[in-house]
Amino acid sequence: MMQNDIVLSIRNICKSFPGVRALQNVDFTLRKGEIHALMGENGAGKSTLIKVLTGVYPKDSGQIFLDINGGLKEINVKSPHEAQSLGISTVYQEITLCPNLTVAENMFIGRGNYRFVSWRSMKKKTAEILKKLNIPARAAQQLGTCSIAVQQMVAIARAVDMECKVLIFDEPTSSLDEQEVEKLFSLMRELKSRGVSIIFITHFLDQMYEISDRVTVLRNGELVGEYEVKDLPRVQLISKMMGKDLDDVSTLQKRKLPDEKTDVLPVYEAVGLSSTSCPNAFDFKISKGEVNGFTGLLGSGRSESVRAIFAADRITGGKIKINGKDVKIKKPKDAMKRGIGYLPEDRKRDGIVEDLSVRENIILALQVMKGFFRPFSRAEAEAFADEYIKLLGIKTASMDTPIKSLSGGNQQKAILARWLLTNPQYLILDEPTRGIDVGTKVEIQKLILKLAEEGVSVTFISSEIEEMLRTCSRLIVMRDRKAVGELKGDDMTQDNIMHMIAGEAVQNA
Amino acid sequence: MRDVLKKFARSQLVIPLFSLLLIVIFNLIRDVEFFSINIVTNNQGYRVLSGNLISILNGASAVAIMSIGMTLITSSCKGQDISVAAVAAIAGSVFVSVLRSNEITIPVIILAFLSSCLVSVLFSTFNGILVAVFKIQPMIATLILFSAGRSIAYWINGGATPTISSPLLASIGGFIPGIPIPTPIIIMVLFLVLISLVLRFTTLGLYTQVVGINEGTAHLNGINPVWVKLIAFMISGICVATAGNITVCRIGLINHETLLLDAEMDVILSVAIGGTALSGGKFNLYGSVIGAYIIQALTVTLYAMKVPSAAVKAYKAIVIILIVVISSPLVKEFAANLINKLFKKQAGAKIPMKAS
Amino acid sequence: MKKFLALILVAVLALGLAACTAAPSTPAQTPSDTTSKTPADTSGGLIKVGIVNNPPSESGYRAANVADFERVFNEANGYKVSTFYSLKNDEQLNAAQQFITDGVDYLLISAAATDGWTNVLQNAKNAGVKVFLFDRMMNVDQSLFEAAVISDMKAQGKMAVQWLLDQKLPEYNVVHIQGAMGSDAQIGRTEPLNEQFEKGTMKCVVQQTATWDEATAKQIVESVINSGEKFNVIYAENDGMARGAVAALDEAGITHGKNGDVVIIGFDFNKWALREVLAGNWNLDVQCSPFQAERIHQMIQDLEAGKTLSEKIVINEERYFDAATITEADIDKYGIGD
Repeated sequence: MMQNDIVLSIRNICKSFPGVRALQNVDFTLRKGEIHALMGENGAGKSTLIKVLTGVYPKDSGQIFLDINGGLKEINVKSPHEAQSLGISTVYQEITLCPNLTVAENMFIGRGNYRFVSWRSMKKKTAEILKKLNIPARAAQQLGTCSIAVQQMVAIARAVDMECKVLIFDEPTSSLDEQEVEKLFSLMRELKSRGVSIIFITHFLDQMYEISDRVTVLRNGELVGEYEVKDLPRVQLISKMMGKDLDDVSTLQKRKLPDEKTDVLPVYEAVGLSSTSCPNAFDFKISKGEVNGFTGLLGSGRSESVRAIFAADRITGGKIKINGKDVKIKKPKDAMKRGIGYLPEDRKRDGIVEDLSVRENIILALQVMKGFFRPFSRAEAEAFADEYIKLLGIKTASMDTPIKSLSGGNQQKAILARWLLTNPQYLILDEPTRGIDVGTKVEIQKLILKLAEEGVSVTFISSEIEEMLRTCSRLIVMRDRKAVGELKGDDMTQDNIMHMIAGEAVQNA
Repeated sequence: MRDVLKKFARSQLVIPLFSLLLIVIFNLIRDVEFFSINIVTNNQGYRVLSGNLISILNGASAVAIMSIGMTLITSSCKGQDISVAAVAAIAGSVFVSVLRSNEITIPVIILAFLSSCLVSVLFSTFNGILVAVFKIQPMIATLILFSAGRSIAYWINGGATPTISSPLLASIGGFIPGIPIPTPIIIMVLFLVLISLVLRFTTLGLYTQVVGINEGTAHLNGINPVWVKLIAFMISGICVATAGNITVCRIGLINHETLLLDAEMDVILSVAIGGTALSGGKFNLYGSVIGAYIIQALTVTLYAMKVPSAAVKAYKAIVIILIVVISSPLVKEFAANLINKLFKKQAGAKIPMKAS
Repeated sequence: MKKFLALILVAVLALGLAACTAAPSTPAQTPSDTTSKTPADTSGGLIKVGIVNNPPSESGYRAANVADFERVFNEANGYKVSTFYSLKNDEQLNAAQQFITDGVDYLLISAAATDGWTNVLQNAKNAGVKVFLFDRMMNVDQSLFEAAVISDMKAQGKMAVQWLLDQKLPEYNVVHIQGAMGSDAQIGRTEPLNEQFEKGTMKCVVQQTATWDEATAKQIVESVINSGEKFNVIYAENDGMARGAVAALDEAGITHGKNGDVVIIGFDFNKWALREVLAGNWNLDVQCSPFQAERIHQMIQDLEAGKTLSEKIVINEERYFDAATITEADIDKYGIGD
């Protein structure tokens, strides 16, 4: 490979945080006009590497070289702003824009001489970009009122617009549905053909294989290797990421549907249930030890439906039976008392309590159920936390560590621990596998099956249909906030689901 | 040892304690006898403790008690109640008006205290409802009582500075015969014990912080944020009434215009110095109380240094800016790095010793 | 539960509203309601008077002042009165202008601040409205008002200092507790004492502001006691602060008053303060008279009778009582509050 092909070269980077060696002597090379995937489990050091590269964290040691005017020069980036001015832009995993500003303001804020930008021309220019990229948002719209997907796309548009040499996508697709991902990919190809080099971080293997030219794999802060994507079979990639020969994914057997006995009352049964965010009343039931799922595109109402089951939004109608008995579930606490647990879709907004310790996060739900006047003693809480940290293999410095300093997958495990601790008879898991590494994904799926064997009913939602097919015995397909069908047993295939989801859309087209 | 020190360095208490230490050292250098405690016989003929240390502990009681309530409000509502001093004036007025319409006996004092608490809790709850139910920013919501509170206090008594005199009241504001420690200090300690028990035997602390950090999560885990916020305001109401009543008893009169004048700022500052972020979330009650003592120690120091009247506020401001800067994340990080480096050297020096 | 919440809310709101409106609207409850402000030819021989004052809730002094004007200016004495109370100068200015527009005969003003009144008073003069100032002077040309009946704070301070000198104490070690810095009363009452400090006839142990706050005054005196410095006079610029200072002395076992070690001086003539003087706990209290209504009433009657006024600036007659001379009757006659 010719030397002058290299745009960015990272040599021997080290970075430590108190108690953690996040990066150890990591090398990374990016060529001009390539899409280079960066893969690894949670805590492998992908995000840290990007943050060091973009000046969010100072590096402890090592060198970074960037192609400036045709020659590699060492750079010492001290702030994201400096990185931007050098032509390195990032679209982060978590949306880092300001939700209370307009789309146009978000596009332009912090970009040097914005003091002299007239609002009108800014709006006009934003409108053009939005149109060019087909983003369904208005320039004057407040960003917070857009869906997460659109917010993400605005962030991408912002980065794309800042004509850059190196564009970093840190989990850009985790909030996007397939159509949107396709749109993003065509955009990425377009950028690539223009000579922009792209670093692409993702957990989705399919997406990685679809778009990337080369891949660099990290594990536990160390470099595993750099590979041509076409020479690297999936199983090998996964085993390199996990550091062990992987049989889990392939051996994870599809579960058989438990024999439906008509004389056994369902654990949970709702008739005509509706809530403020799920206005179309629906019927739903789940029996003991069953795993079922809601599937559909983003915004199809799958999350809203399970929120209604847990009474997370205000309930506007419906009758509920638990084990055949009429009950009223008007607020989350009612649901909790009936043995229902709910792991929310948006971990950051609805799941974790950032500043509190892992221990406090784990015992939270059980504590609330136990009551205001009966707090757990420190020893009890520690025993619970310790048990579940070990059980689920949560990687944390200690149980007193604030949960925000854990990686996404470990945060998710802690939230899962919170609900397992309440010993639920019915567990709702909305996107438990989003934004976490392959290993943890498999672990969570196995856990779901194990729980079901123990008699817990589980409703599971995932954007990855594969996962749902593997774990669920019944799928409810949603479209436009309505359940459009139900699939069982052999009918549960990717094709059938696609058909159901697309059904009307195809006819319309 | 290193772990203990590191843990301490990361705890929220380190900054307030450090600031307090600085003020103490400063005073000891200035005047070795500054903190000496004497026993004197007061005009009632009882032997009591006196000295700057007692003055500081005594004088800070009202602000310290109010800072407990303010901490809970700050943590859960992500904002401050700026009407505490005005509501204290209302509570004090109720206290005085009940006492003045009866012969002052212990049951009447208890009745007066309870009625002032009730009124204060009502007003606080009013604030709380604006904040928790109507989602008005705390500072805006409490601005109403901040500006109207002292007028309401005036209206309760109908006169400007009604006085109440009774040895019983003097023993609340001053000394209980035979006990050499000022009663406000005792009340403060009782309050602290009480609130510690509440935190120990309820989940108030956990709920308050969860609501303050992430309301969405609180809701989905069965915690009702509205009630948690209301409880914070109600507790604050009791704190405020107690502080107002103590202050009334100290002098035996209520001046609704000057009772705990500007105390809301001192209270908020105590919370800030104490290590609770004014944007809510994790709180530190004991830090807030220490914060109150820091402010009082500062005031007493300035008196002792005979700083000219016109300049007192400026001097206070300078020191407070210093404290706030010390507690800023930037300085904290710097200090943490420094400690790390220091201990690395020591640890490095120790290892060969062990080997030998 | 929701209903209960709503109930509480309504109750609290009602209470809050009642209180909010009741307190500032004390003015509205004065004999002449604001409704009487409408320019009425039906005044039926009554003299129309507009009074602009600070609200009675400001202080005990102001409460007595407002009560004094209510006692004198009413229909029984032949006046049709409109009143406006505010601590804010701009609100007072607007109100005064409104009174002029409404066509009052006389405008009585106690200004919140001394500046900014020239225009309004000029308008009054042009409209033929006669202006009296009471309680406080303002920065305007003397031709713009008929007369001013004011307290001379400095004279009060002088009275206290002279009384102190007359006691012929062997030495004067003074703890001086000031009011809110920059206020009229603080400046007036501080100046004569400062003169003595400069002359060296008295020694200033501590000079510190307690911003009229009793509890702060107590802390200041505590701090002096703790410092171990000797003092034998406490000069507090109002009664409340003197009370706070005495509380500190009592706790430290220092005697005060008529037969005590420390001389206590207060200002304002609150009844409870005079009782302290009578009991010998304090030595001296100096009057700050809130009673100006009677004098203005006389002057208005003189003007109505066609006479000219002899004095432009009338200093309120003020006095003091010390522990040796005060009687129970004096308290009833001169004391303010209860």
